[in-house]
Amino acid sequence: MKILITIQKDEVAPRFDLTSEILITETQEGKITGEPRIILLPGTSGEDICGLAIKENVALLICGGIEDTHYQYLKWKKIKVVDGVIGPHEQALHSAMTNDLRPGAILPGASIHGEKP
Amino acid sequence: MPKKKTQTGFQSKTPLLDQLDVSSLLDSMILGVLFVDRARRVITINRFLEALTGYSREEVVGVQGENVIRSNLSSNGDPVGRVLTSEQTMTLEGDIINQSRKKIPVRFTISPLQLTSGQKEGAMILLEDISLLKDLDNKIHGFSGHEKIMGNSPKMQEIFELLPITARTDASVLITGETGTGKDLVAEAIHKASKRSRFPFIKVNCGALPETLLESELFGHVRGAFTGADKDKPGMFRLAHGGTLFLTEIGDLPLPLQVKILTVLDDKEFFPVGGSKKVSVDVRIIAATHRDLGELVRQGTFREDLFYRLNVLRLHLPPLREREDDFHLLLDHFFREFRANLKKKTKGFNAACLKLLSSYSFPGNIRELRNIVEYAVNVCPDETIRPEHLPKTLLSMEPAPSPSAASTRATLRENGEIVMDTPANTAAFTMPVPVGWGEVEKDMILKALTKTGGNRSRAAELLGWSRSKLWRKIKHHDLA
Repeated sequence: MKILITIQKDEVAPRFDLTSEILITETQEGKITGEPRIILLPGTSGEDICGLAIKENVALLICGGIEDTHYQYLKWKKIKVVDGVIGPHEQALHSAMTNDLRPGAILPGASIHGEKP
Repeated sequence: MPKKKTQTGFQSKTPLLDQLDVSSLLDSMILGVLFVDRARRVITINRFLEALTGYSREEVVGVQGENVIRSNLSSNGDPVGRVLTSEQTMTLEGDIINQSRKKIPVRFTISPLQLTSGQKEGAMILLEDISLLKDLDNKIHGFSGHEKIMGNSPKMQEIFELLPITARTDASVLITGETGTGKDLVAEAIHKASKRSRFPFIKVNCGALPETLLESELFGHVRGAFTGADKDKPGMFRLAHGGTLFLTEIGDLPLPLQVKILTVLDDKEFFPVGGSKKVSVDVRIIAATHRDLGELVRQGTFREDLFYRLNVLRLHLPPLREREDDFHLLLDHFFREFRANLKKKTKGFNAACLKLLSSYSFPGNIRELRNIVEYAVNVCPDETIRPEHLPKTLLSMEPAPSPSAASTRATLRENGEIVMDTPANTAAFTMPVPVGWGEVEKDMILKALTKTGGNRSRAAELLGWSRSKLWRKIKHHDLA
């Protein structure tokens, strides 16, 4: 299964349409196969990421806030979207592989090292 | 005895809100409130923001603020950082995406969270849902912000690229362009997109009033300053405080007032007419003119120093005849607007009418086009607007200044056919009337290719298209 995560530094990017970096990885039976690819986009555009996800035959897309238009489009293209995710993208990926990732999830690493201000 | 800071606990490491009993107050507000620490982590959010974002206060404490509000604030750099450095409150317009995947237009007000010790603990971000305002604006004007300004032509694209840059700064702007090119709209769009948008946008026509009245209009007067001044008048500079003053027809500004404007621009203060007390104002100036200010400077009727002071950012709006790509877009837009406003069932213009309009030079630019469309939609009794529904002045129209049409004059025949007369050649010739936009587009492509000697890259550039778009169009029109 191919997974695409919209990222910002080490985190899942807060906004799908303002993302300039994405991570694409392939998994099989709960394990990462091959080297994950990080792609820097030439600009920020929700449409471009949708296009890329389709071109790359992505099965699962993990992102932060996403507009309903983009969400419905991806759903129509048979891409599963887990949106509203907050936290490190590595944790998001592992939760997705164990089928534990839910929309709107705030992952344990979301607040800096779990530390409260 | 004054309280010691240690007694208030502000210097301790306990959270700020433990010391301030403001939670219930924040919850009663009809604005979203987000407190973040210096690392931009959430200290707390109020009930309104819980509703706006779909997150509860408990689950987001310690999370990066931008992950919670999902705004487009980061596209403005780091506004929170700028507020913490400058210690000034900042207002920005943008949007957020909530958990229901809805994009909500929001006005953000960011202020530093300052302790009594002077230490900055973070920032308070107020989020005002302005969806209703935007909807209302759309209902009133049809468009909002600079969406009111339309155009696909390369020259307009350049303007669109410059607008956000111009809006971000506080420097003076000089907008030039012929009458009816949309200088007022651009000035208003800059104001609306700027941080001054919450404050007034005031327009003063410098060419509409005699010198003495204009001085009083701009700078105000005190009671008794002159006969008839029976009460104090604040003047436009004071009324525009915090906002933008748009000085249109600046080229008509009398020389003595030019000096006074220059002083305000430099010192940000002035004396009202007859007043002895200086008034301080914080106003951004946007000036506009259809005149060539450089030429006026050479003639000595416009001060060179004021010209340079205003000409910090310059936007030149192209005339309609140089926006070939936009003619049909604007025509269609005004047609739809008036058809809806007048509740007409008119379906469009016939080919002869389009041809006539296309060959007209529009010296009054977009304003003239708009007026012509309004006239035609009003006059047309049935479904199709024909040449006889256009203003009579247009039917005996002046020659267009474009090279191809510069020496032509159109006459309308009874059968609706357009005959182009050339003064140099008495033998009139009949122009084939195009059947629609497709034909016009084909003609545009051919003209561009002829002009560039068949060079497709340059032709695409000329048309403002990508090479692939031109290639598709060539194929579509069977021109390959």
